[in-house]
Amino acid sequence: MELKELIQQKLKDNFTEASFEFSEFRNELSVKLNKKYILQVCKFLKENSDLEFLLCEDITAVDWATRKNRFTVVYHIFSIKNNFRLVLKSDVDESESIIDSVSSVWKTSDWQERECYDMYGIRFNNHPDLRRIYMPEEFEYHPLRKDFPLMGIPGSLPLPKK
Amino acid sequence: MGLEAKLNGDGFFVTKIEAIINWARKNSVYPMPMGISCCAIEMMASADPKYDIARFGSEVMRFTPRQCDLMIVAGTVTYKMSHVVKKIYDQMPDPKWVIAMGACTSTGGMYRSYSVVQGIDQFLPVDVYVAGCPPRPDNLLNALIHIQDKIGKTRPKDFQNLKLPELNVIQNN
Amino acid sequence: MDRLTKDDIQPKILQKLLEDSDITIEDALENEMILNMGPQHPATHGVLRLLLRLDGETVINCVPDVGYLHRGYEKMAENMSYYEFIPHTDRLDYLSPIANNVAWVLAVEKLAGIEVPVRAQYIRMMIAELARIASHLVAIGSFAMDVGALTVFLWTLREREKIMDVWDILCGARFTNSYTRIGGVANDAQPEALALVKKFIDEIDDNLSECESLLNTNRIFIERLDGVGRISKEDALSYGYTGPNLRASGVEFDLRRATPYLQYDKVDFKIPVYQEGDALARYFVRADEVRESAKIVKQCLQLMQPGEIKANLPKSILPQKVEVYSKMEELIHDFMIVNFGINPPVGEVYHAIEGSKGELGFYIVSKGEGHPWKCKIRSPSFIHIQSLPHLVKGHMVSDVVAIIGSIDPIMGEADK
Repeated sequence: MELKELIQQKLKDNFTEASFEFSEFRNELSVKLNKKYILQVCKFLKENSDLEFLLCEDITAVDWATRKNRFTVVYHIFSIKNNFRLVLKSDVDESESIIDSVSSVWKTSDWQERECYDMYGIRFNNHPDLRRIYMPEEFEYHPLRKDFPLMGIPGSLPLPKK
Repeated sequence: MGLEAKLNGDGFFVTKIEAIINWARKNSVYPMPMGISCCAIEMMASADPKYDIARFGSEVMRFTPRQCDLMIVAGTVTYKMSHVVKKIYDQMPDPKWVIAMGACTSTGGMYRSYSVVQGIDQFLPVDVYVAGCPPRPDNLLNALIHIQDKIGKTRPKDFQNLKLPELNVIQNN
Repeated sequence: MDRLTKDDIQPKILQKLLEDSDITIEDALENEMILNMGPQHPATHGVLRLLLRLDGETVINCVPDVGYLHRGYEKMAENMSYYEFIPHTDRLDYLSPIANNVAWVLAVEKLAGIEVPVRAQYIRMMIAELARIASHLVAIGSFAMDVGALTVFLWTLREREKIMDVWDILCGARFTNSYTRIGGVANDAQPEALALVKKFIDEIDDNLSECESLLNTNRIFIERLDGVGRISKEDALSYGYTGPNLRASGVEFDLRRATPYLQYDKVDFKIPVYQEGDALARYFVRADEVRESAKIVKQCLQLMQPGEIKANLPKSILPQKVEVYSKMEELIHDFMIVNFGINPPVGEVYHAIEGSKGELGFYIVSKGEGHPWKCKIRSPSFIHIQSLPHLVKGHMVSDVVAIIGSIDPIMGEADK
């Protein structure tokens, strides 16, 4: 069985209630799932002996601005055993922008989720140390949201006195 | 002049105290390498064997501001970093000079974004702006020569008991 | 500097620093020592700030504070066309600027589905490997400087200058090149540049051995680094290590071999792997990689055939400047691409290359417009800095400098 089919099959068999949407673009398989299952699915993908997605490459989010579920959290994970990259996606709404943290699965996701929180304001459940990473702690906005202007909001970041 | 000719013959020469202090000062500028980003690499390159900043007496890069009289701000200054730059500048002893190295230090350059200070002259008095992104090491050496010219023209009494804005006016004239 | 007080440190950072004991902040400041290292420090390779909690000279805890060079690349990318972002990628990992250009255009080409001529691919491979050599030379030199061997730094910089000369001839810029274009490279590689590359590659082995002879038989250097900053294979993978740092921990993983891009499946090279996972192993991996990269460049020079350097797709690839000035059609295309962008199809791609620090990836979301809807930069240095607390705990404060040097972070790409 080809690897892509194997992954789809395994996910469907093990999580019968989660509704997966599989799609492919430029030979990259991506899976969209309900945010309730993200932690379980990640743990499964890492620990299954056929798949072994040991490397979490990237966690980020996309702001769709006007869509109903405003944000999509995107995970890029890589299996060194199979030389295969999988994309996991999960929608998060603005009114309830909370998703489970996967930092118990991959340690690297600690800072990546912090970055995501800093830039988009998405909160992560059970994150060990959720605070801003790039911007100063006093900063009130989330710069990568589409409603934040490119040149920033005047006066939001102080300069030293001349 | 009889006196001067006589003294020269004996191994003396006559000059002003100011001139000799400026001569000494301008040929031994101690830079404070405030290396922040890409320009810092070119600043390092200016100290390497090919460009050799030692020819101008400035190879003694000191990483503590207390021993320096020239701050080379090399790289993009963000709002978060600006407080640090200012703090380090305040720790340098007078008289002190500042080179804004590179486009983004001088004006914000290509970084028109929310987190970058659009020119460090918003909070620091800058003496020489260096163009380029990043400037070639030759260009930094050129800036150093400009600073040396400027030091040669200053007078020690200009720096006595002056507050920063007044000092800035004198230095820019 | 005056004494560090409670007001100098952000409360949340202090809280993190003292999390594993019930010691109060005042007590810690009085009896233990909280040392602020950076953001202006010669050994932090830029503007990394570390807060170290010390008991005597031993590091008990460490909290890195990044963001002093956060320039908002991802926000800027959303507001400019795909072509306009090429110069910005130069300034990400500014020790190997040209490799970042390659990574960005490969991601855009994957999104737009553009096939690049073979000669352009070999030129890109050659410059990407030269960038790796340049970056590793600085990494080795500054690492040696951090632990006290200054001469090595001057010698490796001397070698690096030769690569700068190649780039100077190749694309007219010494350092921040912006040499690649979507669909090819800006101009063909001149015979003079190729001759210089050949001369450099022939000599690098001896010149590197010269630098190594200062270090490899130096007892101070070896004993200072042996066993310092050790990270196990499992931890390295869990922390998301890639590149030389991962290979020093015994994982044979290289994106050039795992997911071949450009023409890497046509050339022959070894992946240096060391099992120890300490600072010394990371240095050995880098030195070996310089030699392997030199081997790849040599093969590129042999395999490179004359041919096109840009794909022939006038709607999405900028024409040569000479033709813009002389032909009407090209002028129109140039105008359309510069003003409205290349409009790739709707979709999202992630493309990563083996950069000199590790996996450098770009995630682009396109809505079919001239500019990306979202661009995310996956920078290896950011990931590597995250593991610093794990590496420095239990070591002496002077080892912190060596450990930072050995993982070779570049703040330009870590802070984005």
